[in-house]
Amino acid sequence: MSNVSKTERQAAMIREISGANPAKCMKCGKCSATCPAFDEMDIKPHQFVSYVQDGNIEALAASKSLWKCLSCFACIERCPRNVKPAKLIDAARQIVEREKGGDYLSPDEIPALLDPELPQQLLVSAFRRYRR
Amino acid sequence: MQRIGVFVCHCGSNIAATVDVKKVVEMAAREPSVVHAEDYPYMCSEAGQAKIAQAVAEKGLTGIVVCSCSPRMHEATFRKAAERAGINPFMVEIANIREHCSWIHKNIEEGTEKAIILARAAIAKVNLNAPLFPGESRVTKRALVIGGGIAGIQSALDIADAGYEVDIVEKTPSIGGRMAQLDKTFPTLDCSACILTPKMVEAAAHEKIRIYTYSEVEKISGFVGDFTVDIRKKARSIDATKCTGCGVCQEKCHSKKSLSEFNRGLGTRSAIYTPFAQAIPNVPVIDREACIKFKTGKCGVCAKVCAAGAIDYEQKDEIITEKYGAIVVATGFDTIKLDKYDEYAYNQSKDVITSLELERVMNAAGPTKGHLERLSDGKHPEHIVFVQCVGSRCSDERGKPYCSKICCMYTAKHAMLIRDKYPDVKVTVFYIDVRTPGKNFDEFYRRAVEEYGVNYIKGQVGKVAPQPDGSLLVQASDLLDNKQIKLKADMVVLATAIEPDPSVRPLATMLTASIDTNNFLTEAHPKLRPVESPTAGIFLSGVCQGPKDIPETVAQAGAAAVKAIGLLAKDKLTTNPCTAKADELLCNGCSTCANVCPYGAISYETKLINDHGIREDRRVAVVNNALCQGCGACTVACPSGAMDLQGFSNRQIIAEVDAICR
Repeated sequence: MSNVSKTERQAAMIREISGANPAKCMKCGKCSATCPAFDEMDIKPHQFVSYVQDGNIEALAASKSLWKCLSCFACIERCPRNVKPAKLIDAARQIVEREKGGDYLSPDEIPALLDPELPQQLLVSAFRRYRR
Repeated sequence: MQRIGVFVCHCGSNIAATVDVKKVVEMAAREPSVVHAEDYPYMCSEAGQAKIAQAVAEKGLTGIVVCSCSPRMHEATFRKAAERAGINPFMVEIANIREHCSWIHKNIEEGTEKAIILARAAIAKVNLNAPLFPGESRVTKRALVIGGGIAGIQSALDIADAGYEVDIVEKTPSIGGRMAQLDKTFPTLDCSACILTPKMVEAAAHEKIRIYTYSEVEKISGFVGDFTVDIRKKARSIDATKCTGCGVCQEKCHSKKSLSEFNRGLGTRSAIYTPFAQAIPNVPVIDREACIKFKTGKCGVCAKVCAAGAIDYEQKDEIITEKYGAIVVATGFDTIKLDKYDEYAYNQSKDVITSLELERVMNAAGPTKGHLERLSDGKHPEHIVFVQCVGSRCSDERGKPYCSKICCMYTAKHAMLIRDKYPDVKVTVFYIDVRTPGKNFDEFYRRAVEEYGVNYIKGQVGKVAPQPDGSLLVQASDLLDNKQIKLKADMVVLATAIEPDPSVRPLATMLTASIDTNNFLTEAHPKLRPVESPTAGIFLSGVCQGPKDIPETVAQAGAAAVKAIGLLAKDKLTTNPCTAKADELLCNGCSTCANVCPYGAISYETKLINDHGIREDRRVAVVNNALCQGCGACTVACPSGAMDLQGFSNRQIIAEVDAICR
């Protein structure tokens, strides 16, 4: 029971963090057609959408695609339906990291926390997200 | 004192499931002046209408309230029923207890309470209703068709064949429109020009049809049956009565570098030109921006070579003012601009073209004389990639949210034609969905796949990258195979979304015809009145109303013509008596109402007014009932409360509000 509710909570959180609505997807595949890291991914960008829609978050969180996405945001730029696959991926990444430990990070703490093991994608994506 | 009858409709379960109709009857019966109240399952049925007649006869009703659906649905029905029963039709009011009540409520108690309030308001209004009598206005028996493509031509022919005069106004130098630019038509593959030009010739030769090409509508005033239209006939710089259409001027013209609009900018034309060989009229125009004579004063070679002496550099624009009873809008479409779609490299490579450009490339009269070749280097292509849904079905600001409807079929056509003529060329089509609802349409698409070997791949193209060797790298999804694929192509053809021709926006403003967020003209009812604008006397033909192919366009053009004919066949139109009226005793002649009136229906007269014994000359507002459309703007603007809308007087509206708030 707790597992189901956790999945639901995570799916809702992905929608909230990403601000994307997977229901808008018309399955055209332009995200996967655009993606420069496509070959590296086990779950492809267009599949991310249905994984979130189906609440298949566990598989998503375990996917290596999370750490292969370059955060180039080409899929966001070119998606005709404004579904923002990269934002979904980014949100899944954040969930994974949040589950590991604290939810929040203050900028002053970053230098001390810098971890050579921390995936670069997370940093790049965060910087791009908060660049304004 | 009125004697009012209230009739509450169940509309089957549409109303009765959410509104306690018996309770509404019971409460309505207690209202002042109500002498009769009853309910019935279907008031609009003959039996229901008979109940109204019976109550009028038995109870001597003077006013009627029907609690039913929206007045847009059945007000006319019940007004006619009242008229037959001997009551002035404007003594009928509808309380909308369906759309405004039962359909939007779930709770029966709330629904019933609201239905009672709505009934009460309608009763309060009828208490103040007075009989109104419609006037008459005349009908000018001539139609205007705006746009000379296949839609406009068909509408004009149908109206003219019924015996009415028609004028076609076309902004380009020739009629024919987009269809003239097409090479072949789906699903029969007949040559577009071969089936279009006979219609163009028929329109030009028809004694009831006048064609104004190179002309635009500049001003429209009036109303249904009596429009007055200014048409700007742009200076052709040619005397059409003298020109023989020999074409020598175009051959000799020294300015030959202008991009041909007809060939979608893929070829050039001379400054003096007819857009295409079968142009109607076969009279050229001088493009004054490109003409050396107009730019420098020198040259003038066309005048020298013209044996007929038809060249007239001094010609001026002419304004033609004409009256029309009906207007058919047939302004057609254009493809969207692809500036925001950098990923397809449309602006980077000459070998990435739109489907409409491919029509010109495939056409014998086109820039390549019908040879399929790369526009960059003239080489024969080995592999052509088609991309569907470019700018269609996009919810972002780059494209259009709608399906352009024609692309699936013309892409199948292009793919088939190429494979038929050049079996060595490989053709790949990237699609999201293949949409082929239409007679013989899916069979056509399947033929492209099964008989012509066209390779259809489900997935979008992510990017097109021009390569140093001149080829195009196409990166796309193959969703059914869950792969990303990279292909080498020699040409890429983009099935570009279509949008209403930009000229429709200012035209809609002139016509006071409504358009939707995509600039398509709105129909009066999406299902039941699909070829009429909500503005009376304006009819819609072709893509200006929504994306459609040629057979649908021709069918709609005929339907629009029938509606126009139905209007022109009348000698008089009944006018709406719900017009504004000024109370001369209250009017202070301030002109506020005249300033806000969108129809120019209000003027001023100096009149001898007897104001409670004081006789003096006063400037007072006078409403022209033929022009007034009953919008009510003046009644709101009038500072002294002198303006009132008949049938919707200030007193009546306040009475309704009071009844609701009671």
